Amino acid sequence: MTDAMKKRLLAVGAIVVAAGALGWVSMSDLGDNLVYYWSPTELMENQAKAKGAIVRLGGMVVEGTFEWDAEAQTATFDITDGGKTIHVNSKGNPPQMFREGIGVVVEGELDGNQVFQTEKIMVKHSNEYEAPEGEMRVEDMYKTLANGEES
Amino acid sequence: MLHRVLAALIGAALATPALAADVHGGGTDAMFGGGPVSTLGGVLVLLSLLFATVGCGLGFFAGYRKDPQLYRWAQSAAYGFSASMIGANLLMVYALINHDFSVRYVAEVGSRSTPLYFTIVSLWASLNGSILFWGGILGIYTAGVTWHLGNKHREYAPYVLHVQLGIAIFFAFLVASIANPFAPVFPVPPDGPGPNPLLQNHWLMAVHPPMLYLGYVGMSVPFSMICASLLAGRLEAGWMAPVRRWMLIPWSFLSVGIVLGGWWSYAVLGWGGAWAWDPVENASFHPWLTGTAFVHSAMVLERRGRLRDWTLLLGMSTFLLTLVGTFMTRSGVFNSVHSFTQSDIGPVFLVFIGITLTYSLLLLTFRAHKLDEAAALTDARLGAKAKKSTSVFSRETAILIQNGLFGAFTFTVLIGTLWPLIVEAVEGRRISVGEPYFDKWALPIGLGIVFMMGVGPMLPWGRQNADKALKRALPAAAFGILVAGGFAAAGFQGPISVLTLFVTGFAFWANANEILDPARKRMSTHSEGLGTALRKVLLRGRRRFGGHVAHYGVLMAVFALALTKGYRVEQDFPVEKGQTVQFQGFDIRFDGAEMVQEPHRSALVSTFEVSKDGSLIGTKVPRMNFYKTQREPIYTPDVHSRPWGDLYFSIISVPGDGSSAVVRLIWQPFQVWLWLSAPMVFLGTLICLWPERRRASASSAASAPAAAGQVAPGSAK
Repeated sequence: MTDAMKKRLLAVGAIVVAAGALGWVSMSDLGDNLVYYWSPTELMENQAKAKGAIVRLGGMVVEGTFEWDAEAQTATFDITDGGKTIHVNSKGNPPQMFREGIGVVVEGELDGNQVFQTEKIMVKHSNEYEAPEGEMRVEDMYKTLANGEES
Repeated sequence: MLHRVLAALIGAALATPALAADVHGGGTDAMFGGGPVSTLGGVLVLLSLLFATVGCGLGFFAGYRKDPQLYRWAQSAAYGFSASMIGANLLMVYALINHDFSVRYVAEVGSRSTPLYFTIVSLWASLNGSILFWGGILGIYTAGVTWHLGNKHREYAPYVLHVQLGIAIFFAFLVASIANPFAPVFPVPPDGPGPNPLLQNHWLMAVHPPMLYLGYVGMSVPFSMICASLLAGRLEAGWMAPVRRWMLIPWSFLSVGIVLGGWWSYAVLGWGGAWAWDPVENASFHPWLTGTAFVHSAMVLERRGRLRDWTLLLGMSTFLLTLVGTFMTRSGVFNSVHSFTQSDIGPVFLVFIGITLTYSLLLLTFRAHKLDEAAALTDARLGAKAKKSTSVFSRETAILIQNGLFGAFTFTVLIGTLWPLIVEAVEGRRISVGEPYFDKWALPIGLGIVFMMGVGPMLPWGRQNADKALKRALPAAAFGILVAGGFAAAGFQGPISVLTLFVTGFAFWANANEILDPARKRMSTHSEGLGTALRKVLLRGRRRFGGHVAHYGVLMAVFALALTKGYRVEQDFPVEKGQTVQFQGFDIRFDGAEMVQEPHRSALVSTFEVSKDGSLIGTKVPRMNFYKTQREPIYTPDVHSRPWGDLYFSIISVPGDGSSAVVRLIWQPFQVWLWLSAPMVFLGTLICLWPERRRASASSAASAPAAAGQVAPGSAK
């Protein structure tokens, strides 16, 4: 083995070790910062995992459950995927297109009282025109919902 | 023998589009049926594919056999590709302007009610058009590099055309087959839906995409040049200089494109932010990081002959990462405004990425040793003189550390970006990686990079003793403390911003000193005035000066980020018509909202009068635009912008008849400096690239052989 080859091998080895170490550290870091996309049913199934994690919860706003507290600037409503229903407590004004009966994604976390706390409501936002409501299956609804983030 | 090769190549070129047309389902009719634009467009695209294929083969044999005649043919093929691809783009613009709905792409994105301006911009408003536009830019770059190389660098130039046209084959193939925008439509629709509302909502959409394309596609040129070096089995410092220049050009466009993308997000999306570590944003950030690292390490290679393999690897990765970025934004694996639709372009792109990666690795593995042999020969000729000693306190060490930081940055962002894809593929779960992950890594690495941006220019190439280095660092550190202290006194006291402002001030001084110090010396030795001395210093060291200016651009961005991130104030106000609210020292009166009809949309326009200390300073009209193709309105905020901060108006909702509204007011200190960083970086690059006068280039040529001898085998240090 020539000198040059030894040096190169050493350099490659150093890069591999450094990359490995960095990869390991950042991987473990990733696990703490995951945002989960869940439906109410999935959220209830994964409550242990959901503790302290940020969740994007997608579903339909149940008719007749929306209440607006102008004093405290908070809104409360229920979200369902047909199976489980979760009560949501939202700080701030909901966006213009927010209605009962439409699909939304809320980002936040589940508190100890099984209430989902959020400050961010995203109304389904599609690039193509679609008939607003209808007989869409909830599973499909959720799929398109989860795609409707901004930016 | 040659004739047979040519015949085979032409045969292959002719066979491919026919195959592709079959895939399309309509046989060759899909290509040539329909109106005149469809037919002519099809012919142009096929011609570009033919030229690319023939030129790719010719380039290789011209290099391999060192045949000048073949090289001239390869050059003609390159120009032929460029002309037909650019022609196809112009034809598509013509079809868009004339609302020729018999052309599929026009039928997809055109509309008679869309203003002319956005009609032209529609060229990149959807998938197929954007791939065609991509090809057009590739045509511009291919013609540019062919013309630039001309009869110089004859050992490398044919191979450059070979690789460049090889890339061109892929894009011409895409345009000719699965992404064919010229396919005819029958029956011809009377009108189309118009482009995606989000894209026709703001003038920035006319600038941000072309800038990014110019950045992305241009990275193919340094890639081709590096491959050419490996194919030719040689690498002189005289070759590294043009490679670096050709990296700087797309790098500056990419820098501007990224900042403009952030600005667009700020100006249109209504959340008052520019960057969210969204996968498609990161996609543009990866090649920027490796490209920046390359621009620096290439200097080490050019001047000191070190870091050779590492530099080549960086240059190749940069192009590969632009391909990965295109894949991420165009294939629909990530959902965002950038992915137009679920398309079958993704797998094809993956195959191309695989081929490019394999090709790069094979070249590096089997050809890098040729460079060692070439270097050893020059070493022997130059003797001991070529061996320059290096101390720890040298610019090359600083750049090595900087490169390490950029490498780590790319690596962590890349993992965070690709992780959701891996998880979804393996476990079928949908997740995303939160902003805190990226912020956590970006902060220390970013601070390290800014710090090195100050340290690097302070240290000369080769040697420096510790005392001298310390002497130069002290005033810079003092200035950093002054800046951080000044802003802390003004209320910006968070530890992160204080630290960031300190390193920013430190780097600012260090870079300024590199311009002022030589000028001061000239003033005393040549007894010139400050103006003359400065001008002469700038003219002599244009490349260095341009680098400092580009550094200032980056520092402006860092400065803005340090202050916008932690000190943003945001509040929602429900307001009635005529009501005045107080926010951050401003008095803001709501004057009602009304519906306005425009040809291509209707808009709900709210009016706010802004006053400060009793005097009116502006009227702001944030709006919600409603497009006929979309149920959801597009929020269009309005901004009252001053150097020390932005007052941002975003309408959350207008519940009734326009006499009340909910408005979100955001105070963003020093935001505008982030946008100003883009022209500054661009200016810096322009200064670097501006052709030097004869005398200067003669002196750099004289120093070239010395550096050429130094292409040392211990590449990664």
